[in-house]
Amino acid sequence: MKKIIALLAVSVLILSGCGATDETAPVSDDVITLRIANSEEYIDEGGWDADETIELEDGQKIRGVDSLVSDYEKWYQEKYGKRVRVLYSTYGTNEDLYNQMTLGNSFDLVCPSEYMIMKLMREKKLEPLSDDFYDKSQIYNYYAKGVSPYIYRRMRSLTEGTETLTDYAAGYMWGTLGTVYNPSVVSEKDASSFQIYLNQKYRKRITIKDSVRDTYFAGLAIAKEKDLAVPDPDYAAILNDTSQDTVDKVQDIITDMRENAYSMETDTAKQDLVTQKADASLQWSGDGVFSMDQADEVGLKLCYAVPEEGSNLWFDGWVMMKNGINGDADKKQAAEAFINYISRPDSVIRNMYYIGYTSAITGGDDDSILEYLKYTYGSDEDDAVDYDVSYLFDKKAVIRTSPDQLKRQLYAQYPTEDVLSRCAVMKCFSDSANRRISQMWTNVRCYRFPWER
Amino acid sequence: MKFKRSALSIPYVIFLIVFVMAPLAVVLIFAFTNGSGHFTLGNFFGFFKSSRTIATLVYSLFVAFVTTVICLLIAYPTAMALARSGFKRKNILLILAIVPMWINFTLRITAMKEVLDAIEGNLAYYPFLNTIIGQVYDFLPFMILPLFNVLDEMDMSLLEAGRDLGASRHSLFRSVILPLSMPGIMSGITMVFLPAMTNYVVLDMLYNSTYIMGSLIGSYFNAYDWHNGSMISTILLLLIVLFTMLEKKGAKR
Repeated sequence: MKKIIALLAVSVLILSGCGATDETAPVSDDVITLRIANSEEYIDEGGWDADETIELEDGQKIRGVDSLVSDYEKWYQEKYGKRVRVLYSTYGTNEDLYNQMTLGNSFDLVCPSEYMIMKLMREKKLEPLSDDFYDKSQIYNYYAKGVSPYIYRRMRSLTEGTETLTDYAAGYMWGTLGTVYNPSVVSEKDASSFQIYLNQKYRKRITIKDSVRDTYFAGLAIAKEKDLAVPDPDYAAILNDTSQDTVDKVQDIITDMRENAYSMETDTAKQDLVTQKADASLQWSGDGVFSMDQADEVGLKLCYAVPEEGSNLWFDGWVMMKNGINGDADKKQAAEAFINYISRPDSVIRNMYYIGYTSAITGGDDDSILEYLKYTYGSDEDDAVDYDVSYLFDKKAVIRTSPDQLKRQLYAQYPTEDVLSRCAVMKCFSDSANRRISQMWTNVRCYRFPWER
Repeated sequence: MKFKRSALSIPYVIFLIVFVMAPLAVVLIFAFTNGSGHFTLGNFFGFFKSSRTIATLVYSLFVAFVTTVICLLIAYPTAMALARSGFKRKNILLILAIVPMWINFTLRITAMKEVLDAIEGNLAYYPFLNTIIGQVYDFLPFMILPLFNVLDEMDMSLLEAGRDLGASRHSLFRSVILPLSMPGIMSGITMVFLPAMTNYVVLDMLYNSTYIMGSLIGSYFNAYDWHNGSMISTILLLLIVLFTMLEKKGAKR
């Protein structure tokens, strides 16, 4: 036993010695520990091959060698002369994260979806962003300088009491809810409506989500078809209706959808689209991009459509947990520095390449992200068309691309302003609405005795 | 310090306390409290008041029942053939029959999905059939093993005696072999029936979107309703206790 203790003591000495010789910048003794939790596969983990290097017009070369997290640790030490150690963990769904935190796991920085952020705001569990977080004059405030003004405005419109989402959250990725479809089987017109999920023509060939919020949204849009068809409808109000009457109607619609569906899934549809077991699938835009990329590899063309009735706009954002930060100013500074580091244009490009989702960051004065879009989607063929996303970049942003891209990856990743203006954020349900909707979901999913049908 | 034999059980006792008793206590506490932390039996009665939860229980029992019966019908002749084979090293035969089923079941189900898809054309039309096939595929070894053990160890002289006394093959099976293999049947049933009630992964993978008990628990936790979710777990636990007691009774007879 004594030997073991001696051995341990020696190894601790050796290890701490190593740490000391590693340090290049003058470093204070204490290491800041930052506990970060994020969705699975939701940040660049590095390990790119050399031929994956992204070469932009301006000569910038971007390649994820190490993970973004360890690059941040290095960067932080270089810039601030302090060591930070990130304890990075992942979770499956927003609800998993919430349950973990309620059971006593504490984190400093997490990245849930907008409705979960609103729930955490309501429960007073979040640490507000510092006053100078949005100060564009500070050199390392990449988030403030780079966030898309359009996306920022949409986030700002989400309020909880007197506070707004942007007091607490820095946008990370965003997207829409839409339909990935196989254009050789499904017409663009059919795919452009949530009605496709009830359409008997595609019986057992469409998939819906095994997630209450997303499938409720699709059912809601069908239930509210008439209200949404008037000129200039109030999308936000209509697409957040959770009254008992509406929930009852949606229950019938989802029951029919389920009957018509090939599967209710959380991630198998991407594969089923590629193997053509399914012809159309309810998907988030980022997964849609992934499916289309996968299908391209086997020579199958898939497209993406955002339903004409109106659809869902969602954000994931970084928020600091009050019980994790616990008044530690250094920790809070390191957490905000992490947000800023991953909002730096080259980090954003690495993330977008790796994950396939759309960043809330458009780069501000920095043109790298626009250049990256041109690098990925640009075309100089004769039939190339101009695609304008200036509204997101708040500066002239026109990409010359192949006409196909107007229905495919580029359109899924960067929809037109027209599309986003008919998309609404689905807010956090109130407790009573949550009960109604969970009950509805249970009613849909549970077995029915023959005499109950 | 003198070494006591009971010290050998310390690792298991620690494991038991940390990973079995403590979580169980948490589940029970949640099951019998409400949102504000007060003791209540409301969750318990709520379970039996809702026709949806009752229907799910019935559906789970039915899935488990059909799975168990089919497992038994396939496993019994298989175990019999293995045990009665003249081959010297029967264990090798047993291993050959069972080892393929020890490959991780998600892998096997994924492969089976492709086979079913090729046969059926579109999986989605036969959710219940696929569920049963998947469950049987998953649980069959758990039925074969205990049956093989009892049939293999069966005293052959009893069978000879039966034959000498003029029993037909049919009555020999009914009044000698079957009663003697009852303990194996009972433990096979326990090992298949109870897990089959909650094994929702097979349903998910084969696109049967109807809830069974396991998925119902998950849905409550997703809706932050820990109390009712825990109550369903508790009710399952009660069912397990009930079945085990019945099994013991059956084995005694």
